Amino acid sequence: MAGAITLERILALQAAYIRCIDNNALESWPEFFLDPCLYIVTTAENHKNGFEAGIIYADTKGMLIDRIAALRNANVYEKQSYRHILGLPHILRNGGDEAESETPFMVVRIMHDGRNDIFATGLYLDTCRAVGSELKFSKRVVVCDSSRVDTLMALPL
Amino acid sequence: MNVNVPPGTIPNATPAMEWPEGALTRIPYWIYQSPEIAALEQQRLFEGPVWNYLCLEAEVQKPGDYRTTFIGHMPVVVARDFDDEIYAFENRCAHRGALIALDSGGHARDFTCVYHAWNYDLKGNLKAVAFEDGVGGKGGMGKTFCRSDHGPRKLRIATFCGLVFGSLSDDVPPIEEYLGEEVAAKIKRVLHKPVIVTGRFTQMLPNNWKLYFENVKDTYHASLLHTFFTTFRINRLSQRGGMVVSPDGGSHASFSFVDKQNKENDYAAMGIRSENEDFALKDPSLLDNADEFGDGCHMQILTVFPNMVLQQIQNALAVRQVLPKAQTQTALNWTTIGFADDTPEMTTRRLRQNNLAGPAGYVSMEDGAVGGFVQRGVAAAAGERAVVEMGGSGTAAEGTRATEASVRGFWKCYRGHMGI
Repeated sequence: MAGAITLERILALQAAYIRCIDNNALESWPEFFLDPCLYIVTTAENHKNGFEAGIIYADTKGMLIDRIAALRNANVYEKQSYRHILGLPHILRNGGDEAESETPFMVVRIMHDGRNDIFATGLYLDTCRAVGSELKFSKRVVVCDSSRVDTLMALPL
Repeated sequence: MNVNVPPGTIPNATPAMEWPEGALTRIPYWIYQSPEIAALEQQRLFEGPVWNYLCLEAEVQKPGDYRTTFIGHMPVVVARDFDDEIYAFENRCAHRGALIALDSGGHARDFTCVYHAWNYDLKGNLKAVAFEDGVGGKGGMGKTFCRSDHGPRKLRIATFCGLVFGSLSDDVPPIEEYLGEEVAAKIKRVLHKPVIVTGRFTQMLPNNWKLYFENVKDTYHASLLHTFFTTFRINRLSQRGGMVVSPDGGSHASFSFVDKQNKENDYAAMGIRSENEDFALKDPSLLDNADEFGDGCHMQILTVFPNMVLQQIQNALAVRQVLPKAQTQTALNWTTIGFADDTPEMTTRRLRQNNLAGPAGYVSMEDGAVGGFVQRGVAAAAGERAVVEMGGSGTAAEGTRATEASVRGFWKCYRGHMGI
């Protein structure tokens, strides 16, 4: 029996998610999502205008797995890592076994030559669901504040 | 070795800016670095006899709709007036030069410069000057001042298949002639009915704009740099395909057809990393292509000199606008599109396939970085030059993508405009 969703559980989910990406454990990243799911990286302007296209768009867990497989096997990009810094989640709705929240983020991209820049800031618009003892995202819309992406976006946000 | 340089002389400080021998097969690296070239490009190229892509008609659909954009570095307002015609003018107040419109777009009946409230109609005509007659009989504009003598520069407009182009030149040929019959036909093939915008993204490229524009024309690199496609046998050089180039060399379209029967192992034979038999997509719905144009062509990449790309990668459609921002910085504006009558299934297909292109695109993300690799690589090589000899030295279209003909076409066109 899944326990009720609490702020503490959402905090733990958010912390584990960014730890996964920042530690380059990308193979585990799809495990934070249900299947089917919705993961979109978009911009505030597109979000406001109701434009559906994403910089990254996945509506199945398989597509998330493929994204990582492509990054590991096919795509070419300079070595880099992210450091996610999160603000506090604001819970918009909590139905006990499903909750909607928004969490501000800032991502610094660290390049292999030591350059580090603020790569993105924005909001995670999340719907998460309790599955057994775990919380997983059924939906994570990553709304970047800026419409600009520097050079390329390889790793997921 | 000790070299004694006499005081006051710095030999070979800057390499001479002359085009090296070898005509179209050599590209000197100073062309990507020199601020003088950037200034000349603005004057002779972007403001010269070319059609600059501005926006989509769908983005200025109703009277009063406007977008702001650029031709080269020049800020531009594009608006649809209440006569239902599209107009464009320099986004520069005739008074002190401030921007007239500040937002990226919206809806307006007229424009008022925020600085001193000079007011313009949607055609860019100066309609009102604040305190023109002075206040209480004092001040005001001189008696000889005539509003119609003042205004931002106006652009000529051409529309083609829902694309809006602008030019500052009276000598530029009509748009269809400019594109050439073959490239025009390839645009018509894709943009054959009303489009809708599904997203806008800007990718900031750490390189000169020309390196990106060349990259799009460079069919040689596609299957070598972008290994995602080759992994799935979607973009192998052995596929049927080809290229057309506009008469001036500046615009082009390259295209390929799926040939599922072809089992040639040209990559495997060459030992290139493109071959990866073990790689299989967990969710192949990404590659669920619908032959929506009914001709079996699954990919067409098209350029319009000097700043537009039309992309059809399977069902992922986008227009890309290439804008110089600094000598080593380029804004690549992606506008992803669909058609107004897309079914929900087609909409979903496009949303999924958009993963192929864009700043995080499986087959395009590398293009965001590779121009920077060149820019960094040639940092100290202003006097050196690139070698562009694949497929010979001509610019004519060929029945192969193992050629740099359209890259040479770009330089032929570019040098013609620049007079260098």
